[in-house]
Amino acid sequence: MTAPRTMFEKIWQRHVVVDRPDGYTLLYIDRHLMHDGSSPAYARLKSRGMRLRRPDRAAATPDHYVKTDSRTKDVPDPDHRRLLNDITTNCNEAGVTLFDLGDARQGIIHVVGPEQGLSQPGITLVCGDSHTSTHGALGALAFGIGSSEVTHVMATQCLWQRKPKSMRITVEGTLSPHLTGKDIILAIIGKIGAAGAVGYVMEYAGSAIRNLSMDGRLTLCNMSIEAGGRAGMVAPDQITFDYLKGRPFAPQGELWDKAMAFWKTVPSDEGATFDREVTLNAAEISPMVTWGTSPEDVLSINGRVPDPASAPDAGKQENMKRALEYMDLKPGTPMESVAVDRVFIGSCTNSRIEDLRAAAAVAKGRKAQIPAWVVAGSGLIKQQAEAEGLDKIFREAGFDWREPGCSMCIGVNGDVGTQGQRIASTSNRNFVGRQGVGVRTHLVSPAMAAAAAVTGHFTDVRKLLA
Amino acid sequence: MDAFTTLTAVAVPLDQANIDTDQIIPARFLGKLRPQQVEGYFHDYRLDPNGRPREGVTLNNPAYENAKIIVANYNFACGSSRENAVTVMVDNGFRAFIAPSFGDIFFNNCFQNGCLPIRLPADRVARIRVILHELPGAEISIDLPSQTVVGPDGQKDSFEIDPFRKDMLLQGADEVKITLGYEADIARFEAKQRQEMPWL
Repeated sequence: MTAPRTMFEKIWQRHVVVDRPDGYTLLYIDRHLMHDGSSPAYARLKSRGMRLRRPDRAAATPDHYVKTDSRTKDVPDPDHRRLLNDITTNCNEAGVTLFDLGDARQGIIHVVGPEQGLSQPGITLVCGDSHTSTHGALGALAFGIGSSEVTHVMATQCLWQRKPKSMRITVEGTLSPHLTGKDIILAIIGKIGAAGAVGYVMEYAGSAIRNLSMDGRLTLCNMSIEAGGRAGMVAPDQITFDYLKGRPFAPQGELWDKAMAFWKTVPSDEGATFDREVTLNAAEISPMVTWGTSPEDVLSINGRVPDPASAPDAGKQENMKRALEYMDLKPGTPMESVAVDRVFIGSCTNSRIEDLRAAAAVAKGRKAQIPAWVVAGSGLIKQQAEAEGLDKIFREAGFDWREPGCSMCIGVNGDVGTQGQRIASTSNRNFVGRQGVGVRTHLVSPAMAAAAAVTGHFTDVRKLLA
Repeated sequence: MDAFTTLTAVAVPLDQANIDTDQIIPARFLGKLRPQQVEGYFHDYRLDPNGRPREGVTLNNPAYENAKIIVANYNFACGSSRENAVTVMVDNGFRAFIAPSFGDIFFNNCFQNGCLPIRLPADRVARIRVILHELPGAEISIDLPSQTVVGPDGQKDSFEIDPFRKDMLLQGADEVKITLGYEADIARFEAKQRQEMPWL
C-alpha cells in the first residue's frame, strides 16, 4: 500500500521526466500559456534555430499591452505596437492557438485559460507571468516562470525544478454575506505575510473553500503568489467538473469519461501530511482592504490605519512608516473615512462574470461619485455581462465600461492613475507605483470597489446591501 | 551565459523587506528592448517624480558606486515574474544578491543569467547590512566552489546551493542544451502520457 499523498505530490510525481541524484527534477509541462510579453522568449528560441516542441500544448492571447478603449493594434508606442504584432506573427509561424484582438475569446490569459477549458485538473501549467497560480483553482499545478524558462519550455516542454514544500490552508466555516474569495485570500496573506509561503505550494481546503464557486477559487489561487507561494491549488470536485463540461478545449465524449476517472484521483488522500498547516475561521473574516504597499498590509474595513509604534521591531516600524507616508495615511484613521479618487474593477484577480455581477449589484440605482472603470477579463465575459444587462447598470451609474485587458492592474498599456491618486482596486498588487508613479493602491473585492465608487470613500459593502 | 566562480566587490545594503520586482524595474520599462531598459534600474525607488535622487537611498550614494553585490532583507525581489529585474541589475553591474529569503521566481531567474542568489540567516544578513552602512564601499568576497561568503568584517559564512545550479553557474552552462541531452527521456514520457492522458 502506498503512503497517502497530497494532490501536489501526485501531480508532481506524474510529471517527472528525470529525477537526478542531486535532487533536481526535469518536470514535464502539459500546458504553456503565452501573452504579448512573451515575444523576447520566442526570439531567443528562434535565434537558436529551434522551434516549439509542442505548439499543440500552447495557447496565447494579448493582454498586457492592449488598449481598453479600442481594439486597435496601432498603438502610439512603437515598442508596444511591435509586441502586439509579434504575438500574431509568432503564433502563426509556430502554429500556436491564438485568441487575438478582435476575437471575442481574447482576454487576460489567466481568465482565458480556464474559460476555454485549457486549464484542467492534474496537469502542469506554466506561463511567463507570476499570476499563473490562478489556474490551480482547477486542481492544476500552475506556476509563473521567467522569460528564459519560457524559452526552455518552448524548446523542451520541460523545466528543471527542485520540489517545493507543501502547505495546507484550511478555511472552515461560513463566510458572511457579500464576502468573496478576495476577502479570504487577503485575510490569509494578512495572517501569514507576503513571504509566508515562499518555497511552498499551497493547497486551500476546508468548507469555506469547498463552498466557493470556480470564479471565487480562481481569485483565491490567483493571489497565492502574493503570499510568496510557488503555486496555489484547490482539489477538483463537482464544481470543477461542472465548470469544465462543454468548454472548447475540455475533453468530450469518451475522453471526458477517461479524464473524469483520472480527475477524481487527483485530490489529496485522506491522511496525507503537509510540511505546514495554517487554519482560518471564515466567520471571523470581514471585507478586507489594504492600507500599505504590500498585500500583507491588510485589515478589516471596520479597522483603523495601524500605528507604526505598535510594530514588533524597528525594521517593521520603519517599513510601516515608509508605507504610511507613501499612502498618505495617519495612524488611527478609520478606514471607512478614507476618501477615494478612483476605482478600478478588473484584472486576472477579479474580472470574471461573478465579479461583475457583485459590483453591479452595488452600482445598481446608485451614482459613481468618482471615476470608476470596469474592465471585463475577456470578450466572452463582456458579452455575457451585456446579455445580462450589467453594462447598462454600470453605465447608468456613471461607470466606464471598457474592453478586456490587464489595464490598470499593471498599467503598461497606459491605463494608469495620476500622481497622488488614491485608487480602490480589485487587482492584486498595491506595490509602490504599481498603478502609476505616486499612485496609492488599495486592494479590495469587486463589491467593495463598487461601494467605494458610489460613496466616494471606503465603505463596508454590507451596509449598502443590507 | 557568463560563468560565476568567485566575486570580490563592493556591496550595497538595502534594508527594506519585501522589495518587489516592480521597484527593481517599473513596468513601464518592460516593453522596451534590453538596452533601453538599463535606465529603469530601481528608477522610482532611486529618483523622485522630478528625476532628482531621493535622499537616504543607498543606491544613490557614490560610496557604493561599482557595487556588484546587493545585501537585502527578507523576500527580496518578490512579486512579478519579470526576468528584467535580474537583467537590469546585471546590466548595471550586479552579479550576486544576499538576503534571508527571495521571491521564488526571481531566485530561479538569477541562475538563468549567471547571477548567484545567496540565502544566509536573517541575523547575519542584518549584521552585514549594518557594517556596510558604517563602512560604505566595503567589499564582500564570494567563493562559489567552496560555497562561502567573507563579509566586510572578515567573518566567513557557508551557504547552501543546489549542486545542479552550482555546476551550471561554474560552467556558464546552457540549460536548454543540457535538457536536450535528455531527449530520449522526454520522448519516452510523451509516449507514455499519450496512453495515460489521451485527452490532453
